[in-house]
Amino acid sequence: MKSVSQTAAKPFTKAREFHPVSSPDFLPVRQLRALQLERLRYIVQRAYDNVSLFQERMKERKATPRDIRKLDDIAKLPFTTKADLRDTYPFGLFASPMNEIVRLHASSGTTGKPIVVAYTQEDVNVWTNVMHRSLAAAGLHEGDIIQNAYGYGLFTGGLGAHYGAEALGATVIPISGGNTQRQLMIMKDFGATAICCTPSYFLHLIDQAPEYGVDVRQLPLRVGIFGAEPWTESMRKRIEADSGIKAFDIYGLSEIVGPGVAMECACQCGPHIFEDYFYPEIVDPKTGKVLEDEEEGELVLTTLGKKAMPMIRYRTRDITSLTSEKCECGRTLRRIKRISRRSDDMFIIRGVNVFPSQVETALLRVEEALPHYQIILTRERDLDVMEVQVEVTPEVFGDTVGALEQLQAKISKSIETVVGVRATVRLVQPRTIQRSEGKAKRVIDQRKL
Amino acid sequence: MKIKQLSLFLQNEPGALSRPVKALARAKLNILTLSLADTQHFGILRLILREWEKAKKVLEKEGFVVKVTDMLALEVPDKPGGLASILATAEKAGLNVEYMYGFTMRKENKAVLALRFDDPDRAVQALQKKGMTPLMSTEVFGRLEK
Repeated sequence: MKSVSQTAAKPFTKAREFHPVSSPDFLPVRQLRALQLERLRYIVQRAYDNVSLFQERMKERKATPRDIRKLDDIAKLPFTTKADLRDTYPFGLFASPMNEIVRLHASSGTTGKPIVVAYTQEDVNVWTNVMHRSLAAAGLHEGDIIQNAYGYGLFTGGLGAHYGAEALGATVIPISGGNTQRQLMIMKDFGATAICCTPSYFLHLIDQAPEYGVDVRQLPLRVGIFGAEPWTESMRKRIEADSGIKAFDIYGLSEIVGPGVAMECACQCGPHIFEDYFYPEIVDPKTGKVLEDEEEGELVLTTLGKKAMPMIRYRTRDITSLTSEKCECGRTLRRIKRISRRSDDMFIIRGVNVFPSQVETALLRVEEALPHYQIILTRERDLDVMEVQVEVTPEVFGDTVGALEQLQAKISKSIETVVGVRATVRLVQPRTIQRSEGKAKRVIDQRKL
Repeated sequence: MKIKQLSLFLQNEPGALSRPVKALARAKLNILTLSLADTQHFGILRLILREWEKAKKVLEKEGFVVKVTDMLALEVPDKPGGLASILATAEKAGLNVEYMYGFTMRKENKAVLALRFDDPDRAVQALQKKGMTPLMSTEVFGRLEK
């Protein structure tokens, strides 16, 4: 018993432990491209034969699946958008008959109808495989105790991580999201060595830990698999410094498969896309033109191995770039730059495009200890006003009015420099900004246009 | 020579002041004196109480950011120029007074000033040299809370 916990608690090393499941991560590029082409041709044919919307759009463009002769020909195919998923709600984009579909998931759908995604048994196996490879890439293995704090249910996060962790041979704690006190108690008592959740929720956990008498740095916890929302490099630094764990960025979205589309390796230099199953492109979000590697634009993904619901050129709304630069870990899979913004998170204020991540960067520049903020947009006499509420932390609080006013001024200046727009900064008491147990709501737009 | 003061960050909104005060009342903690500094958007509540450590825990549990500061309590001579001589001493020593507030001792009906210096230790030395010894916390609370 003792020896097991000792193995599990051993510190993170950059050692390249080889997991046989990770073999496809290291395929020679030529072989990988050949595999992608073969799978792309299959999936396009399958979508054409079974999804009427896709067939109609192909016909409009006078294109057929036979036009796909090389990977670049993918640009001839129409895009699929979130609106398409809504318009065909619930089952309109399925390419498999219902009796072959073993699982349905749906988005949280805060506005109107959710979007629905389907899996055949083979699809579930593919998903399990990529999640298994994701956890392996983070240096997890049999004997690890994984606290899975992603929500279980219609949301893909919980079950995706769960299946991957079981395939790895780790011990899964299917605690799901929420209930901070219980999360901390179980993390400590069960000796969890890894946690899966959103980065903002983990920050919330480590903020609360002292109150419940838990010192996260003293626990066996050594790895965090964080995803389901954009986060920044500064957040990673803060998480790692405050909790003593290694924080990895995992990327995924329900429309494509769920978590496990891309995952960071020990180098922590951007998630590697599991290209054998997901074909990535970067396009200009306005024109749809395909961009080169290293150029920034919207990530577009095509599922190469999903039968129930092939997604052809799905517009993720995530802004990033692809890099084919060699990674130290030896993986041949291309990486995406950390996604810290989504094209639909963006808001326009007084004509300037603003991403919440820019405000976050501005705050962290002033002081490492200002992680909780909210942006409130209002309109006063036809003029947009951006207010940034920032929670005061013990690290920045002084007992004089002058010190706080100085802090306020510094934040204002930093925002103006980074974002290019002036904001009213309002310091608020700790824990007054609503904490999500899932995704952080950063922007509240009260402008009535 | 120094006494502890708790400072709390408050948002400037209705009810902001009553939350910490109520929390202290529930914990049966008596506030010796307090002062409030405020701006348009926020305020800083400063409290002096005997059981400041306990009070700090109570307030932090309520979600407040609390800072502990060293203050000097000085009995002000009951004659013209009493305060002026304190300030002159500080000035000569190159000490800054960040803020101050006064309160009275109930039993002896004496005026006491709570002063926040930028460098409390140096302030103690400078004042002592001039024969103005800051009150010990036992003196302050002993006289006041019986």
